[in-house]
Amino acid sequence: MSATTAMEVNAEARRILAVSISKLYASRTQRGGLRLHRSLLLSMVMRSARDIYHSSRESEELWGAQPTSEEPMETGSCSGEQTVLPEPQPEPQPAMISAEPPSDEPDSEDEGCDGETAEDKENMSPTKQSRKRRGKAAAAPDFLPSKRARLEPGEERHAAPPGSCRAGAGESLIALSLNRVIPAF
Amino acid sequence: MAGVAGGNDFQWCFSQVKGAIDEDVAEADIISTVEFNYSGELLATGDKGGRVVIFQHEQESKNRPHLRGEYNVYSTFQSHEPEFDYLKSLEIEEKINKIRWLPQQNAAHFLLSTNDKTIKLWKISERDKRAEGYNLKDEDGRLRDPFRITSLRVPVLMPMDLMVEASPRRIFANAHTYHINSISVNSDHETYLSADDLRINLWHLEITDRSFNIVDIKPANMEELTEVITAAECHPLQCNVFVYSSSKGTIRLCDMRAAALCDRHSKFFEEPEDPSSRSFFSEIISSISDVKFSHSGRYMMTRDYLSVKVWDLNMENRPVETYQVHEYLRSKLCSLYENDCIFDKFECCWNGSDSAIMTGSYNNFFRMFDRNTRRDITLEASRESSKPRATLKPRKVSTGGKRKKDEISVDSLDFNKKILHTAWHPKDNVIAVAATNNLYIFQDKIN
Repeated sequence: MSATTAMEVNAEARRILAVSISKLYASRTQRGGLRLHRSLLLSMVMRSARDIYHSSRESEELWGAQPTSEEPMETGSCSGEQTVLPEPQPEPQPAMISAEPPSDEPDSEDEGCDGETAEDKENMSPTKQSRKRRGKAAAAPDFLPSKRARLEPGEERHAAPPGSCRAGAGESLIALSLNRVIPAF
Repeated sequence: MAGVAGGNDFQWCFSQVKGAIDEDVAEADIISTVEFNYSGELLATGDKGGRVVIFQHEQESKNRPHLRGEYNVYSTFQSHEPEFDYLKSLEIEEKINKIRWLPQQNAAHFLLSTNDKTIKLWKISERDKRAEGYNLKDEDGRLRDPFRITSLRVPVLMPMDLMVEASPRRIFANAHTYHINSISVNSDHETYLSADDLRINLWHLEITDRSFNIVDIKPANMEELTEVITAAECHPLQCNVFVYSSSKGTIRLCDMRAAALCDRHSKFFEEPEDPSSRSFFSEIISSISDVKFSHSGRYMMTRDYLSVKVWDLNMENRPVETYQVHEYLRSKLCSLYENDCIFDKFECCWNGSDSAIMTGSYNNFFRMFDRNTRRDITLEASRESSKPRATLKPRKVSTGGKRKKDEISVDSLDFNKKILHTAWHPKDNVIAVAATNNLYIFQDKIN
């Protein structure tokens, strides 16, 4: 898969994931209660979209040696930022990110988030890794709506972003949605 | 029986349309099920508001023998009401999911109607006589003063205006945790099955306080759930056999003589997936929305999102016939996912002789396939072609770049006008097609 098609597939997968999640939430308020069949089909689509999203990201990483628009999005997602595709994002911590090989992303992201939340003890335990991380899914949720304002290019992130909790919440949303929606019945 | 499509021998023409013409359709009026009874004399519809309307076929008029009789309203009643499950804080919709008639055994008619949670047995009976001349009460029902009664008389039956009464005779409740999708009367005329997403129960028509669970596919850990039951039907002749379809596109045939719990199937019908057509939505479009046995009991038909398949019960590894309903939608699956149309559950039906099958599509189109000639036809249920005895013109959807005259392009299709429910008269070439809140009745032209 070429870099461009990988990006297209990636964008498509993200879009489908966003649509699916909104459908899942909307179904909670439907008359007659949650429909098991519909929820199952939604979770299957989300699973395929997630798998394709990750495999297309791997293809992208193979193609792009320098930091692509993907990496800032990871740290962006760590901050709970919503990114607009495929606009490149500023890298709040370029030194940390570009030095890490892709396979270590979850760890670096952990450190980044944990380091940033050192002062924000209220919202998150700084030493504990989020138990809900699922490998590559850790850096996923940039297609989710975020309540945080988007950073202007060039701006630096100073305070501990409460959005770092959102990162855990965001990606765990995927895992949550996929694995918990059915047992909710 | 003649074929379905074109030619000199056979044409479909408009007969009647029931329902309001308003542009604004009330949600409660949307028809959710259509079913002829065993003789075809009665036609029942259920709607989202929980009502059942039964139409009766009037005899042909002697003055106009070239017209088949019409269907007129026979009885209307409120079958189900909205309920609230206080324990789960869930509203239970009153929408009628299915109606199934019982074979007629006496003057009254019986049908089963179900919503998501409760099945009801209704008795529809006629009253055209009234007893008059009681000894103890007046004509208006008040008790007479005993001192005034000086003689004895036998009440006499006097004719009265026909009154059709519907009364609930049995209520089969509290047996389904999940939403009921099917009911099916057994050929023994004593039992019936009801199916929800994960379980199938067998009932006796006389007993409401218990039922047998015959299929249970609920996994111990719900996180491992991979498929649900989407439809179930009893075999038309063998009272020990039933089938159920799944969201994965498979059908299981079970024999109730084998075990009390039929979790292990006797036959497993599945067509291997074509790997080249795999997409995000492969699972959704392979989910079976309806399964129907042929009248002969030799075949069964399944409907998934894009096609109808006919299976020979003796061959499990692939269907014997596959008909594409609207293949032009395959490239539009993403948009259909976004507007929720991909979740629509289309039904299908056989004609009386099993030589033809029918199913619905979008834009108020419905499709018929002749199994012998392999011809197919697309027709439209619309007010424009609603003149009495007007012949229906075949419709065509243009898939290529060039759109011919009278063709409709895929992008012009109205996806809000969907035909999910159709029914074919058990003996004659008369069909009932539910288009949102309208019921269209078409019949063949008698030459």
